[in-house]
Amino acid sequence: MDTILLLLVTGIGLGAVYFLVASGLSLIYGLMGVLNFAHGAFLTLGALIGWETARVMGADSWGGFALSLLVGCLVGALLAALTEFVLIRPLYERHIEQVLVTVGLNLAAIALFEGIWGTDPVFIQGPTWMGMTTNILGAQVPNHLFITILIAGLVLAGMVLFLKRTRYGMIIRAGVENRSMVTALGIDVRRAFTLVFTIGGAAAGIGGVLASHYFGYVSPLLGGSLLIFAFIVTVIGGLGSLAGAAVASVLVGVLQQFANYFWSIGDFVVVILLAVVLLTRPSGLMGRKVATA
Amino acid sequence: MGTTAQRTPVPVPAGGTDPAPVLSVRNLKASIGGQQVVEDVTFSVPATGITALLGRNGVGKTSSIKAILGLIQRDAGTVDLEGQPIQALPTHRIVQRGVGYVPEDREVFAGLSVAENLRLSERDDHPRRELVEALFPDLVKRAQQAAGSLSGGQQQMVSLARALMNENRVLLVDEPTKGLAPKIVGEVADALEEAAKTVPILLVEQNLAVVRQLAGGAIVLSDGRVVHTTESATSFLDDDILVTRHLGVGTGPAHEGA
Repeated sequence: MDTILLLLVTGIGLGAVYFLVASGLSLIYGLMGVLNFAHGAFLTLGALIGWETARVMGADSWGGFALSLLVGCLVGALLAALTEFVLIRPLYERHIEQVLVTVGLNLAAIALFEGIWGTDPVFIQGPTWMGMTTNILGAQVPNHLFITILIAGLVLAGMVLFLKRTRYGMIIRAGVENRSMVTALGIDVRRAFTLVFTIGGAAAGIGGVLASHYFGYVSPLLGGSLLIFAFIVTVIGGLGSLAGAAVASVLVGVLQQFANYFWSIGDFVVVILLAVVLLTRPSGLMGRKVATA
Repeated sequence: MGTTAQRTPVPVPAGGTDPAPVLSVRNLKASIGGQQVVEDVTFSVPATGITALLGRNGVGKTSSIKAILGLIQRDAGTVDLEGQPIQALPTHRIVQRGVGYVPEDREVFAGLSVAENLRLSERDDHPRRELVEALFPDLVKRAQQAAGSLSGGQQQMVSLARALMNENRVLLVDEPTKGLAPKIVGEVADALEEAAKTVPILLVEQNLAVVRQLAGGAIVLSDGRVVHTTESATSFLDDDILVTRHLGVGTGPAHEGA
């Protein structure tokens, strides 16, 4: 029972990290039709600079941890906004080129990060409490998981409020459904493009800092390994659906933990789940039917 | 924006001549995915009343409207709105200049509520909510309902309401009665007639009874070109030879009252 509970909480924690990556991917694809392969770079840079910040401030202090989250968030947002503005925007409506440029940026970014920080993972630590465990019904649950789940929940709530309550949120929801009709109402939808990139990058930057605590290290390759699963989560949840990304993140994270523990086939099970979803519900758990242009 | 008295319709000039069209399209060519769908279209839309854009299926009526709005690739030609060229502007700027659009198949945002659909269309601080609510009282009752859950006729009302929410120079309305029940067709036609009192409309319409009820002039397209222009849609529709030649009534889907 305590093992089940521990697997469940670590699975949800992993799902929380996936969500922070997948939410941005899903919104960006849903609105712009761009699969953003550079999303992992946003996460990695957020994690690396977040860790540098924490180290300067004192890695075991809460202030250092909080500031690393803030810096990771800002770095991710800034890099994402810059990417959209400099690389994606000039290729407006040329989706294949847009995807290729994100692939290129991702490769270049990894090479740059390796040049600066080296190829080896750097093991990190946070406030002492985060390294300890809490006993819940006999399960020794690592404390950093609570933080990760809490923050991912806050990000989800913030995104939902933004999408539901603000005019730009409304433009994004409408644009995910039918982008050309948004422009035909006299709205410059490209401003929303920069916005979803910025929001997605901010979430990925936060995700990078939390992922480095989840795995216990930062590395230039951190983003790449998470990106694959985030893509899978995005497809399972339904491209463009934030709720779908949230549900699929937790589903994939938990399933992966259980399959890994009992049969050591976590990654395999995720791919099987992806195949099953694609065969039975090609538009994903909560995706819309492919919109007619 | 200088003249604020634009709301009251300009009286039709005596003799039927049209001094200043609101929209002039000259030698417009447009393509979708490399395929030319508008060959060479030239016409103008008078500054008052409803002008019908007619033709068989697939002759380029919808494509012409989309090309005017920049929703498809424009390859050549000019489009003037009240004398100002707009063919180089992106879609949202054209719409901001006062070109309202009611697309074929309505294209409401299904996941957004009726109220959100309408709020999204408000371009400035003076949305004409009262006018829209008076025209479509049904939408007020359904404000919180998801637009995707509405009937086809109600969705058409949302689509029309979105275009009427702003003070436009001209409306481009594409097949507003397509696929609607006969009773709803009448309601949509009445709403358009009411709207035409304040703004000129270019109307693509297959239902010829609706054309008779609403349209003043008519422009007829065939194979991506204008083949006939008239100041009286009714006299065109009364001419069996012209109608058979250009609209193919009796063989095509353009049956009167279909």
